[in-house]
Amino acid sequence: MCAAPRTLYEKLWEDHVVRTEEDGTALLYIDRHLVHEVTSPQAFEGLRMSGRKLWRVDSVVATTDHNTPTTHWDRGIEDPVSRLQVETLDGNMRDFGALVYLPFRDRRMGIVHVIGPELGATLPGMTVVCGDSHTSTHGAFACLAQGIGTSEVEHVLATQCLLQKPSRTMRVDFDGVPPAGVGAKDMALYLIGRIGTAGGTGFAIEFAGAAVRALSMEGRMTLCNMAIEAGARYGLVAVDDTTIDYVRGRPYAPDASHWDRAEAYWRTLVSDPGARFDRVIAIAASDIAPQVTWGTSPEMVTDVVGRTPDPDDFEDQQSRQGVVAALNYMGLAPRTPIHDIRVDKVFIGSCTNSRIEDLRAAAAVVRGRKVADSVRLALVVPGSGLVKAAAEAEGLDRVFREAGFEWREPGCSMCLAMNADRLEPGERCASTSNRNFEGRQGQGGRTHLVSPQMAAAAAVAGHFIDVRGMV
Amino acid sequence: MQVFTKHEGLVAPIDRANVDTDAIIPKQFLKSIRRSGFGPNLFDEWRYLDHGEPGQDCSQRPLNPDFVLNQSRYRGASILLTRDNFGCGSSREHAPWALADFGVRALVGTSFADIFYNNCLKNGLLPVRLPAADVAELFAQVEATPGYRLLIDLETQTVTRPDGKSLKFDIDPFRRHCLMNGLDEIGLTLVHADAIRTYEGRRRLEQPWLFR
Repeated sequence: MCAAPRTLYEKLWEDHVVRTEEDGTALLYIDRHLVHEVTSPQAFEGLRMSGRKLWRVDSVVATTDHNTPTTHWDRGIEDPVSRLQVETLDGNMRDFGALVYLPFRDRRMGIVHVIGPELGATLPGMTVVCGDSHTSTHGAFACLAQGIGTSEVEHVLATQCLLQKPSRTMRVDFDGVPPAGVGAKDMALYLIGRIGTAGGTGFAIEFAGAAVRALSMEGRMTLCNMAIEAGARYGLVAVDDTTIDYVRGRPYAPDASHWDRAEAYWRTLVSDPGARFDRVIAIAASDIAPQVTWGTSPEMVTDVVGRTPDPDDFEDQQSRQGVVAALNYMGLAPRTPIHDIRVDKVFIGSCTNSRIEDLRAAAAVVRGRKVADSVRLALVVPGSGLVKAAAEAEGLDRVFREAGFEWREPGCSMCLAMNADRLEPGERCASTSNRNFEGRQGQGGRTHLVSPQMAAAAAVAGHFIDVRGMV
Repeated sequence: MQVFTKHEGLVAPIDRANVDTDAIIPKQFLKSIRRSGFGPNLFDEWRYLDHGEPGQDCSQRPLNPDFVLNQSRYRGASILLTRDNFGCGSSREHAPWALADFGVRALVGTSFADIFYNNCLKNGLLPVRLPAADVAELFAQVEATPGYRLLIDLETQTVTRPDGKSLKFDIDPFRRHCLMNGLDEIGLTLVHADAIRTYEGRRRLEQPWLFR
């Protein structure tokens, strides 16, 4: 007898169910718990108040990233409120323990979604949680990886489980080959422009197709990272040689005694032929141009050769009001060519685009060019200490510095501006991060989401420009 | 967790799609290591005309008169009427903490972002999903009727309008049970500690590389 074909999501789900309630709510076992300073203090406090311990210390991987400064590490953390939060995590790690904790100023410290894969602490087939919505990133390794709130962080710390119902499944096929200069970030933004920021709500999205198979792990992480911006808690990519090659030899990857068994299992982490998805979307990768967001939601996005919309083109009153409010906040007139939008700051970094390949792609555009005089600040913030070291070994820091970029210490930085890196009111930024919400990068700041190449090109030109003409 | 069975309260409309958790509680307030005290900074950038920082006395700050929750007719609102995809973005539970601390007990809207929806339920805050036509009617009625109130009954899964019309809503039975009884979910899960250990033991044999 043949078992019914299953999607990758279904395989991962079924592999982690401990038990199921009558209404279908499952107790789902969690293999890896990533912890950072912002969403964990109340969870550890909850454990303390109820006298509970960690269920499994060796499932926890922790670091500080959101609050940490990207300059003058020798001075420590100057903001006392941020410092207290970071020190609180230090204390909780001392009291409760972890498999590995990379505190502030550790040479491997970095954004939690960069260090997990980098250490091999993110492995195919795992369930991964973190009190951070961009945990979907780890789905690039065929992990069931999701962001959770602080109550659930406490729940996982105490029980190693989550209470959850299964999601519906969506497959997005990126067929064909994207043009040179178009990458994973553009694919993600293009999809969000098409299905909207709620298009994936209630779904686990599996990214498939030739253009996804051709992506590096870094590119797949970018794609899965942005699944949450389409409303989906989970992004997924099936295991292939690219996955296996990336994992091999990493510090927490299986050693030689387990490797063959692990690899054999990981190779099964693909959707079976004929598996049924609740929704399938096909996108021709060759149609995708470099994307630039013009509004205050990631779905407010268009091609670099496009224009801002005209509210009068929208019949539905809700949509029209939304466009008016967004253009007003962004300080943009209807039908403005994207090329004509000038930028004040450029930010290359975040859990979306701060990995070595992102920095290489941006550096390739910057090499031999200069940041435009009109750009007040162009920042490169590597995703981790190891990314920074790798980039420096390749001389990328020199390429950026010689062009007029600042080369910073790793962390979340200006993606959400919890540290000193931020936009001032009215400032406009080309940003490789993931959210262009009002005030996200600083109150009154105006964010345009783009790929690393497009951010680099905007830094050089002083305005958005089609990077396809520069690579 | 605070029990939710029935709530009757004043309704305020948040007439905007895709309200994100950065808008509900801006990041500078996430530096707190406490679970309470976020209410004065709920919707901080929309609510006040100046820039907010943690530790300020918010009673002295200039209010934005255009923001709905600052208008006298909505003072004391405990139910928010919301549009599509409310609570999208970051997983910060500080968003429901801020709503609850402000005095909100329930949200009624067309759709909520997944993580936010979940986080609300962990904090005794009930997000009610209704069909778009019902929500559109509620918006029209709220705007036309000062002092507009709704009665939300979790037991019967209904929202009752002042004109007596009842709207039925869906919620997972398990979530409803936890909310109505204010259950400690960790305690509830730990009842199954043996099942978790059994599963874990099997996993340790099948995938030993996951354990150190």
